[in-house]
Amino acid sequence: MSHTFDDISQQLKHRHRKSTRLKWITMGSLGLAGLFLVLFFADMLNKGLPAFQQAYIQVEINYNEEAETDGRQAFDEELIPIISRTMVRVIPMELRNNPDMIGTSTNEWVLATSEVDQYLKGHRSSLSPEERAAIDERVEAGQVDMRFNTTFFTNGDSKIAEYAGILSAVIGTVMTMIVTLAISFPIGVMTAVYLEEFAPDNRFTQAIEININNLAAIPSILFGLLGLAIFINFFGVPRSSPLAGGMTLALMTLPVIIISTRAALRSVPDSIRHAAFGVGCSRWQVVRDHVLPLAMPGIMTGSIIGLAQAMGETAPLIIVGMVAFIPDAGVSFTEAATVMPAQIFTWSGEPEQAFVEKTAGGILVLLTILISLNAFAVVLRKKFERRW
Amino acid sequence: MQTNQLLLIFCAALLLLGLLAFFAGRSKATRIRSAGTAMFAQPDQYAWFTVLSTAGPALLVSALGAFVLLLMGANIPTLYLLAASLVVAAIGLLVSLNQVKPDFHARQAMERVIRMILASAALISIFTTFGILFSIISEAVRFFKMHSFWEFITGTTWSPGASFLAAAGRGDGGGAEFGSVPLFAGTFMITAIAMLVAVPVGLLSAIYMSEYAPSKVRTVAKPVLEVLAGIPTVVYGFFAAITVAPLIVTLAGFLGLDASYNNALAPGIVMGIMIIPFISSLSDDVINSVPDTMRQGSLALGMTKGETIRDVVVPAALPGIISASLLGVSRAMGETMIVVMAAGMRPNLTANPLEDMTTVTVRIVAALTGDQEFESAETLSAFALGLVLFAVTLVLNLVSVLMIRRFREKYRVNNL
Repeated sequence: MSHTFDDISQQLKHRHRKSTRLKWITMGSLGLAGLFLVLFFADMLNKGLPAFQQAYIQVEINYNEEAETDGRQAFDEELIPIISRTMVRVIPMELRNNPDMIGTSTNEWVLATSEVDQYLKGHRSSLSPEERAAIDERVEAGQVDMRFNTTFFTNGDSKIAEYAGILSAVIGTVMTMIVTLAISFPIGVMTAVYLEEFAPDNRFTQAIEININNLAAIPSILFGLLGLAIFINFFGVPRSSPLAGGMTLALMTLPVIIISTRAALRSVPDSIRHAAFGVGCSRWQVVRDHVLPLAMPGIMTGSIIGLAQAMGETAPLIIVGMVAFIPDAGVSFTEAATVMPAQIFTWSGEPEQAFVEKTAGGILVLLTILISLNAFAVVLRKKFERRW
Repeated sequence: MQTNQLLLIFCAALLLLGLLAFFAGRSKATRIRSAGTAMFAQPDQYAWFTVLSTAGPALLVSALGAFVLLLMGANIPTLYLLAASLVVAAIGLLVSLNQVKPDFHARQAMERVIRMILASAALISIFTTFGILFSIISEAVRFFKMHSFWEFITGTTWSPGASFLAAAGRGDGGGAEFGSVPLFAGTFMITAIAMLVAVPVGLLSAIYMSEYAPSKVRTVAKPVLEVLAGIPTVVYGFFAAITVAPLIVTLAGFLGLDASYNNALAPGIVMGIMIIPFISSLSDDVINSVPDTMRQGSLALGMTKGETIRDVVVPAALPGIISASLLGVSRAMGETMIVVMAAGMRPNLTANPLEDMTTVTVRIVAALTGDQEFESAETLSAFALGLVLFAVTLVLNLVSVLMIRRFREKYRVNNL
C-alpha cells in the first residue's frame, strides 16, 4: 500500500485537527467546571440576598383595656393577618409591666408577616387578593417599608418565619468549634511531632501512618455513628450538646491537622536541627525552640482549613442529635445546641416559601465565613511562607 | 457535694501541689548548685521534672479510676478516687524532690516522659479507627442476631415497618424486612451518575491545566476548582433539591418523560460537581509527574501533541487517575447530606434515574433520627448498613493507595 504525498499531508492535517480539538475539549471542561461554580453562586445569591431585607409596616397601636388579655385588640382588625404574630404576642406583657400605658396609643413600625414580605418581594404568597390590594394601598401611602433584616442576626430559630434568625446557630457553631479545636489541635500537632521527629521507622509507626491516611478518607457519617455509640451511649456525654458534636468533629479534623502539620515540619530544613543539636539541645528542646516555631505558619494554615471543613460538616452532627430546635442559645457546652449547617438543614425542611429564603440566607452567611477563613489561611501562608 | 465542685477542688489542689513542686524543686537545685556542686541539668529542668512526676501519676490514677468506673461499673465514690489521686501526687512530689541530686539526669528523664506523652497522642488516631470499628460491629452484631445476615445481603425489600413495636414489647416484629439490595442499588446508581459527571470533567480539566494552560491560568484555576470542594455538602444538598431537581423535572417534561421531584439524577449530578476537584487535583499532580522524557520521545517520533497526551501521557498516568477516581467513588458512596436532602426516602429497585431512589446513608440518617428506641431493629440496622459502608470504602481507599504507590515506584516521584 503506497501513499501519495497528498494523502499523507491530508492525513497530517486531519491529525493536527484532532490534536487541536482535544485542546478545545479539555479547555471546555475546565470552563464547564467554572460555569458550575458561577451558576451555583449566582443561584445562591439570587435566592439568599432577599433574606437580608424584611418588610415592616407602620401601624397604630392602641393600648386599651382589652389588649391586656388579648393583644389583637390593640390593632385594627384588618391589620391582624398582615402583621407578625410575635408583635401581637408581646402587647399584653408590655401592658402588664407598664400599666399606665393603658389608654395611650402610638404609631410604630412593626414586623410584617412573612407572607406580606414574600408578596412584596414578588415570590409565592398565600395572601388573598383583597389582602394584596390592601398591602398595595399601604405601599402607596408609604406605610410599608423594606428594611435591613436585623432580626435575622439577633434571633434564634423560630417557627414564625419572619422571626427566625441564625444567632443561636452561630453561638452553637462557636461553642462546637472551641471544643473541636481544643481537642484536635494539641493532639494533632503532638501526633505529627511524634511521627516526624521522634518515632523510629518501624512497623508500629507505619501502622499509625496508614491508619491516619485511611481515617482521612472514611465517610463522615461513620464518625457520627462512633460519636453516638461511644461518646453518647457509652460515656454518657449529653446528646445534642456542643461537647458531643465537638468531640465527634475533632476526631474527623484530626487527620487533616496531622497531615498538614507533618508537611510543615518536613519543610523545615535539617540544617536547623543539626545546628541546634550541635549546641547541645536535647531532641525536645530542638523541636520546642526551633522546629515548631518555624513550622507554625504551616500548622496554623492547615488547622484553619481543617476548622473550616469541620464548620461545614453536617452529617455526623445530625447523628449525634445536633439538629435541635433552639430559640435562645445559651453559652454552654453541655446543653442542646445547633450549628449553622444543621440550622440550614432544618430550615430546608420547612415547607413555607419564606424559609427557602431563610435557608439561602443562612447559606450565604455560612459561605461568607468559610471563604473568609480559607482566604485568611491562604494569606497567612503567603505572608509567612519561607523558601529555604 | 456536687461532682463538678469536687472536680474543681481537685484541680485546684493539684495545681497547688504542682506549683509547690516547681518552686521546691528549683530552690533545692539552686541551693545545691550555689554550694558549688556541678549538676547534670539546669535548676528549671529539675523543677519541671518534679512537676511532671507530681501531676503525671496523679492524673493517670484518676483517669484510670474514671475508666474503671465507666467500663466495669465498679462503684468507687468520686471523692475517694480524687483523694487517692492527691495522695499519689503528694508521694510523687516527695519522691521526685528526693531525686533532685547532682548526678541525676533530669533533662533525659523529662525527655522520656515527653516522648511517652507524644506517642500516646499518636495512639489516639488508632483508637479512633478501633472505636469506629468497635461501635459499628458491636451494634451490627446485635442486629444480625435479630435478622439473618443472608436476608440482609440478598433481600430486595427494605421495610422496617413494625419493628419498633416489637422493641416496645408490642407486636412480634413480623412484617419487618431488611433486604438491603434496593439501598445499595440506589447508592450505586447515584454514585455512577456522579462519576459520569466528575471523571470526564475532572480528568479533562486536569489535562488542560497540566498540558496546555499557561502558568497564569493554572495558578488561578486550581484554587477556584478547590472552592468547589470547600462548599459544605448541606449547601450542595439545598442546591440539588431546590434548583437542580425542579430543572430536571421541567426538562423531562419537555421530552415527555415523567420525573419525580426526588429523582436520582439531581443529587447524582450535584455530587459529581462536588467531586470534580478531588479528581482534577490528584490527576493534575499525577500527570505533572509523568517524566518529560516520555513526552519528548513521543514528539520526536512525529506524534502530534494530542496523540502524545492520549497515547503516552494518559496511559502512563493511568494508575494515578484510577486511584483518584476510586477515591471519588468512595467519597460519593459515603456522601450523606446531598442525598438526604435531594434523594427520596422510598427504597426503590429501578434502573430509571428519573424515579426516586434512596441510598444507604439516607437510611442510616432516617433510622437514627426517628423516635424509635435505640434497641429497635430499625435503629440497629443503621449500624449494619454503616458496617457495609465502612468495608466498601476501606477497600476502595486501600486499592487507591496501592495504585498510587505503584505509580510512584514506577516513575520514582516523591511528591505524591
